[in-house]
Amino acid sequence: MNAPTHPQAPPATPNDFAAYPDANGRFGQFGGRYVAETLMPLVLDLEAAYLATKEDAAFQAELNGLLTHYVGRPSPLYFAERLTDHFGGAKIYFKREDLNHTGAHKINNCIGQILLARKMGKTRIIAETGAGQHGVATATVCARFGLPCVVYMGAVDVARQRPNVFRMNLLGAEVTPVTSGASTLKDAMNEALRDWVTNVEDTYYLIGSAAGPHPYPMMVRDFQAIMGREIREQILEAEGRLPDAVVACVGGGSNAIGTFHPFLNDEQVRIIGVEAAGDGMGTDRHAAAINGGRPGVLHGNKTYLLQDAEGQITEAHSISAGLDYPGIGPEHSWLHDVGRAQYLTCTDTEALDAFKLCAELEGIIPALESAHAIARLSDIARDVGKGGVVVMNLSGRGDKDVATVADHLGRTI
Amino acid sequence: MKSRIDARFAALKAEDRAAFVAYVMAGDPNRATALDILKGLPAAGADLIELGFPFSDPMAEGPPIQKAAQRALKDGMTLKGVLDLAAEFRQGDDTTPLILMGYLNPLVTWGFEAFAQAASASGIDGLIVVDCPPEEADPLADALDAADISLIRLATPTTDDRRLPVVLRRTSGFVYYVSVTGVTGAKEADAEAVRPAVARIRAASGLPVAVGFGIRTPERAGAIAQVADAAVVGSALVDEVAEALERNEDVTARVLSKVRSLAKAVRLARVPPLPA
Ligand SMILES: Cc1ncc(COP(=O)(O)O)c(C=O)c1O
Repeated sequence: MNAPTHPQAPPATPNDFAAYPDANGRFGQFGGRYVAETLMPLVLDLEAAYLATKEDAAFQAELNGLLTHYVGRPSPLYFAERLTDHFGGAKIYFKREDLNHTGAHKINNCIGQILLARKMGKTRIIAETGAGQHGVATATVCARFGLPCVVYMGAVDVARQRPNVFRMNLLGAEVTPVTSGASTLKDAMNEALRDWVTNVEDTYYLIGSAAGPHPYPMMVRDFQAIMGREIREQILEAEGRLPDAVVACVGGGSNAIGTFHPFLNDEQVRIIGVEAAGDGMGTDRHAAAINGGRPGVLHGNKTYLLQDAEGQITEAHSISAGLDYPGIGPEHSWLHDVGRAQYLTCTDTEALDAFKLCAELEGIIPALESAHAIARLSDIARDVGKGGVVVMNLSGRGDKDVATVADHLGRTI
Repeated sequence: MKSRIDARFAALKAEDRAAFVAYVMAGDPNRATALDILKGLPAAGADLIELGFPFSDPMAEGPPIQKAAQRALKDGMTLKGVLDLAAEFRQGDDTTPLILMGYLNPLVTWGFEAFAQAASASGIDGLIVVDCPPEEADPLADALDAADISLIRLATPTTDDRRLPVVLRRTSGFVYYVSVTGVTGAKEADAEAVRPAVARIRAASGLPVAVGFGIRTPERAGAIAQVADAAVVGSALVDEVAEALERNEDVTARVLSKVRSLAKAVRLARVPPLPA
């Protein structure tokens, strides 16, 4: 029998993308539950509890109420007129997740998972964070529901996302800097998993992206898919038709999969993710798992990973802390392999330029993560052409990044 | 042919004593020293050897073994290098069971079948993969079966009666009971809490049960040796490497001295049987 890295035949394109993952948490060869045995009963319990919420009307009502009144949903779909003119191609719309409470899409998932944690009787919440947006969103819902919260964050990220660390503290969360490895998101996730394996009775691990062991990639996707469903409704109202392309930046892949998923079965809609290319794809300093990695197993799932010839995970590099991760959610790996989605890249420099462009033309300071998607809009809008429609997920706002950007521009603030 | 693992446990059963299992990280702090340690382990009292193969992101490991893996990787250790080390050990010792322990991704990279054949040729008897639960293990288990290598399964305090049969499916050699919820080297195992779990796993599997993750001292090793078929010590040995490096002492001597004290405690743990 071959090791599962060598698929016997090129995967056929499925005819119903909504039917995945399968019962074992697989998207084709990707996904699964590669966790220590101690955690297996916990992830199985979590899956059962999550599936039960789908039929639970009270749970759904509470979720929807919070999304409306606490998060501020639906977020607007905004026609970016000046960027459209600037690029001179297809009409560009932004899904304004930057306007959510706490400033990014991350809160959508946190509301869903905190309700689940409560339902499961868990009394302590842990999370990992990169940019700090997920940490802030987790700290926020923990404050809202009176649960203690520990956030693991790489020491490098603690330094480059100071305002978010302070926000988490204000919200009552304990931020634990992680100094192993490169001291970024990957290492924070290792440390969160170590906490979980230690505190199995009372602790709920609130993962912030569509990654980790099954059921997380599915569950996080489902909680984030509200964005894609709203986009569908909003674009039908604005344009009377579906978009030609939907675009999102990809770190672990939650804002992207939440945007993409409701469109996967619409063949005419192009699906485009943008990975962080750091210093460039010709260098070894990037964070593009699909474009620069190969399938492997890390953090509970099989997916594309940055790794050396020996299967040791290598460090990712991106100006954007939220994209600085050597893996990607397993569903993206599968969408790539079956050819349903396309994954482009964007360097640090291109992201900085897009960051400035968006601020100057639209009066919107985007998160550096989202700026990676903005940077590719020029090509995509031209490709789709005049008369076409492109929707990009503006996953978050850039307040947290102003110090980083100033630094790169050689300015002190 | 009877496997080295089965033969060793049968011999120890006849002596009515538990096994002492020493875990060391291959290549820690460098290849030459790791080989010296490995060669010295049987004489120092290790009945079985667990040989860690380093991984960059060992999610169930506490700081001691994390750092050991980093030292080994920094010195250039690879999975191929680990098998070379094992093969060199085997030239001088054909009886002490050698069990590899680590994480899945280096094996995925090599390819399960090719890896299993190479491991078998290097004298490896068993394999423990921390992040490969039974649900994901079939492709690996097939490759190991074909190479006559035991896939050693982990049972834990969270393994209830419903899950135990799943864990024990396709296992051989022995079962490894992770005696605490947590990472290696953090909490201490309580022999009285471990006793019923060991009895339950032994009854369900018909295999010897080794206990590890929470044993650091000779006293604890002795206590566990009274209730289990084997006591595994890892972090405490790896800590000796770190301390010897820090104090510029002889690493091999320090590790083997610790092994001797732990092995002695295991050997003296059970009262000798009365003559029939
Ligand atoms: C605003 C924003 N966008 C995107 C990301 C990347 O995460 P994901 O790929 O899961 O959406 C982050 C992560 O911190 C973020 O803060």
